[in-house]
Amino acid sequence: MTGNEMSPEARGGMERHSYDVVVIGAGGAGLRAAIAAHEAGARTAVVCKSLLGKAHTVMAEGGAAAALGNRWPEDTWQVHFRDTMRGGKMLNNWRMAQLHAQEAPERVLELEDWGALFDRTEDGLISQRDFGGHRYARLAHVGDRTGLELIRTLQQRTVQLGIDVFMECTVTEVLKQEGQVAGAFGYWRETGRFITFEAPSVILATGGIGKSYKVTSNSWEYTGDGHALALRAGASLINMEFVQFHPTGMVWPPSVKGLLVTESVRGDGGILRNSQGARFMFDYIPDFFRAETADTEEEADAWYEDKKNNRRPPELLPRDEVARAINSEIKAGRGSPHGGIYLDIASRRDADYIRKRLPSMYHQFKELADVDITAEPMEIGPTCHYVMGGVEVDPDSQQSAVTGLYAAGEVSGGMHGSNRLGGNSLSDLLVFGKRAGEAAAAHATSLDQRGQRPVVDEADVKAAQADALAPFEVSAGPGGGGENPYTIQHDLQQSMNDLVGIIRTATELEASLAELERLKQRADRMVVEGHRQYNPGWHLALDLRNMLLVSECIAKAALARQESRGGHTRDDFPGPDPEWGAKNLVLSLDEAGTGVDIAEKPLPTMPDDLQQLFEDK
Amino acid sequence: MATTDHGVTSPGRAHIEARTLRQDRWWQSPLATFVVFSGFVVFATIRAFMGRDYYATPYLSPFYSPCLGDCVEGASDFGQPFAWWPLSAALIILVFPLGFRMTCYYYRKAYYRAFWLSPPACGVAEPHTSYSGETRFPLILQNVHRWFWYAAVVVGLVLTFDVVLAFRPMPAEYALGDGETSGIHMGLGTLLMLVNVVLIWLYTLSCHSCRHVVGGRLRHFSKHPVRYRLWTWVSRLNTSHGRWAWYSLFSVAVVDFYIFLLATGRIQDVRFF
Amino acid sequence: MAYDLKLRVWRGDAEGGDLTDYTVEVSEGEVVLDALHRLQATQTGDLAIRWNCKAGKCGSCSAEVNGRPRLMCMTRLSDFDPAETITVTPMRTFPVIRDLVTDVSFNYEKARELPYAELGPRDPDGKRRMMQVDVERGQEFRKCIECYLCQDVCHVVRDHEDNKQHFAGPRFFIRYAELDMHPLDTHDRRRLAQDAAGLGMCNITKCCTEVCPEGIRITDNGIIPMKERVVDRKYDPLVWLGNKIGLRNRDDDGRTEV
Repeated sequence: MTGNEMSPEARGGMERHSYDVVVIGAGGAGLRAAIAAHEAGARTAVVCKSLLGKAHTVMAEGGAAAALGNRWPEDTWQVHFRDTMRGGKMLNNWRMAQLHAQEAPERVLELEDWGALFDRTEDGLISQRDFGGHRYARLAHVGDRTGLELIRTLQQRTVQLGIDVFMECTVTEVLKQEGQVAGAFGYWRETGRFITFEAPSVILATGGIGKSYKVTSNSWEYTGDGHALALRAGASLINMEFVQFHPTGMVWPPSVKGLLVTESVRGDGGILRNSQGARFMFDYIPDFFRAETADTEEEADAWYEDKKNNRRPPELLPRDEVARAINSEIKAGRGSPHGGIYLDIASRRDADYIRKRLPSMYHQFKELADVDITAEPMEIGPTCHYVMGGVEVDPDSQQSAVTGLYAAGEVSGGMHGSNRLGGNSLSDLLVFGKRAGEAAAAHATSLDQRGQRPVVDEADVKAAQADALAPFEVSAGPGGGGENPYTIQHDLQQSMNDLVGIIRTATELEASLAELERLKQRADRMVVEGHRQYNPGWHLALDLRNMLLVSECIAKAALARQESRGGHTRDDFPGPDPEWGAKNLVLSLDEAGTGVDIAEKPLPTMPDDLQQLFEDK
Repeated sequence: MATTDHGVTSPGRAHIEARTLRQDRWWQSPLATFVVFSGFVVFATIRAFMGRDYYATPYLSPFYSPCLGDCVEGASDFGQPFAWWPLSAALIILVFPLGFRMTCYYYRKAYYRAFWLSPPACGVAEPHTSYSGETRFPLILQNVHRWFWYAAVVVGLVLTFDVVLAFRPMPAEYALGDGETSGIHMGLGTLLMLVNVVLIWLYTLSCHSCRHVVGGRLRHFSKHPVRYRLWTWVSRLNTSHGRWAWYSLFSVAVVDFYIFLLATGRIQDVRFF
Repeated sequence: MAYDLKLRVWRGDAEGGDLTDYTVEVSEGEVVLDALHRLQATQTGDLAIRWNCKAGKCGSCSAEVNGRPRLMCMTRLSDFDPAETITVTPMRTFPVIRDLVTDVSFNYEKARELPYAELGPRDPDGKRRMMQVDVERGQEFRKCIECYLCQDVCHVVRDHEDNKQHFAGPRFFIRYAELDMHPLDTHDRRRLAQDAAGLGMCNITKCCTEVCPEGIRITDNGIIPMKERVVDRKYDPLVWLGNKIGLRNRDDDGRTEV
């Protein structure tokens, strides 16, 4: 392993490495891709901004959705596929949704081969739990720390296979030769030294963009690096207007505002109440889901035990619906003292059950908010959680428009349409991580067979180096420099939260775009203190460029899409529009390279046999 | 206690002179352990070497049970195979409970911290310049804890038998005022011995080796439901192993001291019936 | 309820460094990491801190607060007197990189030395069957977030640099225990745990358990059972006798020593 240690021989100079496949990001998708590439015979490296095993996947709590049929033999990939498409309001790339539903079970079982210990059913099979939008109990889980299990298993597998990992190393540029990927350029966070990877295949697995928002469940790493790298390399993004606000984030104390409260709380019986004590979700059942949602509390409560004869509680509607409902209740003045609403499991399940099923939630509230969730309700509110949009890829290989550039996991777009179902992201990582890894390895092999491996151009490396050092070059002088990256980041987060949040309008979106332009100009005058060695101010300055670019994509696409659908709600266009439901918005870097252009593109057509699945019911 | 360059001040680590930056009274707990244990050792050593005042009909001190040497009349319930032993009879059998406690996982923690300062408390640098843990003689012998546990079970049975005997009818000269001599008897001594043996059993059964032997060593609990049940019971006791270690230490000393007071005639037993 | 907090933070690198005093405004409900972030955003833009989830789930922000190994994101300011000066230093067992960031590669090297899970074939229907009671012990250890606070506090390496070579540390002892208790794993790692990983170096003084932010009972449930398993293999007369006369538990069958 190469991470987190100094290599004295390269001090001062440029470090260089040559691989077949370089994976950027060491979350679930990145590690699964690296394992697949390695197993396909490629010399593989993983590059990640944090230490190995710390990626955001550890935050995933609920489970990995896979139609294993362990609880409900009726559950098949077709049902899972249908749930996923309906959850995404039919805007998903059907082929990705199909592959995902078909391959998820085997990907989960594979984890078990590598040492994962999932919770079990009475028969000793992998236990599966209920989640919003899933017709059957489908999420393979380990208490409420499934993400940790997944990343630990993949991490241990990666180490076992001897894959090189470059920890605390940030990639700032994808290098190309004649339109094909030739490598990647980055720096060691620890020393500030630069590093160049020569590789014909680069897999982006950098996760999402949540750090552009003020209230978010995402960590500092989620700065949209992969999205921005892809744009700058010439690839395009789709569905960027769809940002998932998780309905239940902590609202108090302020220091943890936005921190995720798992959907499992509702899956295991928790309900939502406003300050008047009303179980308000019954007032917010949309027509689209009316046929499959309970309309009385009796039926909803009976469903947990008897799924055949009862319909789902409205608390388990897809996340976009629940988040909007909560938002409306708070706006109507029926919120809790700290500006949230109540999530109550204490009055519904006994303390032992809660501690057993939701240990980390119990711990989290106890430690951080002094709230005992077995005795009192939690105060929660929506928090920015996931971006459905991402790099436009080929569904089978995950290759972007740029030859040799792949994307898997949250950074790729299309799989989840306008809204992702809980539990589908962990299985997404595994399914498409593996596919990307295999395709990337195959690409490298085929290039070698033809003897056509692209070469890194030294001029590009020099340019990337100059770009990375730019924040040190600005001199704090009158009229010019002096902008603090932390302040710019703060202003960006505030503006995205206020103007491009859950509920959007044209005027606010236009204001946000104007504000983004101002922020971009301010970013040009950022000043960084200190030197290159482990300097978080400098790291933030570099990440900010990505955040600004990606934020612009979100705002632009949100302004263009004149309808409400999934994770995109327009106050001025409250309903879905079938015309918009047939097309994606595609974003690419503009001519000048400082902003983005937007275009419309029709959705791929679903074949008849799959179409059938939606007509039967 | 000079700082060395072996530990927290090794080259490459953050340069901080202090052995610890802890501001709480971390030394309280090891100090208390040191004082109490030392007190017990002194007391037990004196009592073990005294070789007398360990039996007051019908109570036998746990330091001397089973009494296998040249013991006073009535004390030897298992014969006197070591009648030739010139020293105190306690020394013949004390090695078993002593060994059990010396190798006990809880006591090890307590005395490594309080006596050997290795480490004195968490995050407080120890004074030693080298350390090999339990990998070499003599500390590698800590691995025989289980042998002592087997012996401790036997000792526990003997002490239980002693408690039964402590209920037995008293000879005529001990009769209560109304001349009653038959039927079972119970005095404060019986009660103390009963409490003591309960604590000894709690300590013995909550032992980590016991937990391992009854079921912990299994890889498939599901195939051994009875042993799994036993294991869960022992596991529950095991969480308080340290508490039982302390309580039973006190109770042994109290029982012995009570019998000493009786045997030397300083007090009279409190008779319940 | 904002107030001015007095912080003393270790600043420096491998060449040297010092505790530096700062005053930073903090408010109700905040944790040490919040205070440091505000310091970073307003006074010391280049203060190096390693952190990630800020929710006690990733184990990145390990440091020592008033001399005790803690996750900075889970150390609440309300646990301290507002007048008190809080001292924050990097972990003192690992080489420092800069300020509060240490080089924890020791742990990654130890992870590489460990033989991984090796399960037998799946059941004929392509699935595996394990009962909940059989996986529960391992699940406790898999809660580990790899914050390495146990490795930091362990005096075997904290106070003796030379032991690092032969000692894997509590984090990896529970990994050994997890694998040894895995119902379907096919390896026997007891000899390795004792010899290569240095299980015998542990004198069970339990500091690892004291600092574990996940509340894993590292010593009682992991290290001691592992030591007992080694005793089974090497030091128990009854087990030895049982093996000689063919009276033994078949629970371990199908495992090969690695």
